[in-house]
Amino acid sequence: MIWLVFFSFIAAGIALCLARAALGPTTPDRVVGVDGMVTISIALMVLLASFFDRAIYLDVALVYAVLGFIGVLAVARYLERGI
Amino acid sequence: MHIFGEILIGIGAAFLFLGGLGIFRLPDVYNRLQAGTKCTTLGAFSTVLGVGFMQPQWMARSIVIALFILLTNPISAHALARASYKSGVKLWEKSVVDRCQEFEECREIPKEEG
Repeated sequence: MIWLVFFSFIAAGIALCLARAALGPTTPDRVVGVDGMVTISIALMVLLASFFDRAIYLDVALVYAVLGFIGVLAVARYLERGI
Repeated sequence: MHIFGEILIGIGAAFLFLGGLGIFRLPDVYNRLQAGTKCTTLGAFSTVLGVGFMQPQWMARSIVIALFILLTNPISAHALARASYKSGVKLWEKSVVDRCQEFEECREIPKEEG
């Protein structure tokens, strides 16, 4: 029962971030939405690892954190100086 | 220990929802970065540590993930804010002060809409 509360809060957060990534007027707005969604998804993956009792999902969460960080840095560098 | 982990996960889930709400509702890029970065960093940190307390055999890996989030999230937010300022995104019209305008290289940036 208490897992339902956790998952609904996290799903609402992901939906709001996706709405900002779809609506955002400028490019940094969209990147902010995607970055927030990546961080919330890491927490969701760790929660799912505990829910299904599979330790391999923790490694997926760690790799996703690295990839999200590199992606945001790449977009920031592109916005600042071009490719 | 199990109850303590559930309390930590509850705090984390509430902060993750508040971070999403801040990203959706606030008026410009800098305010959205402020809300999004701080709330989602604390929320993910607390959630991952709570899972580590609920399943003690995963404590080492969850500490690694939490430390990685705690180190890299402010760096990416700082790089994104700097890049959006340098690419000419305007502040909200009700913003009070823009300290970067005191420096020469910030005044030369063309302010463009869009």
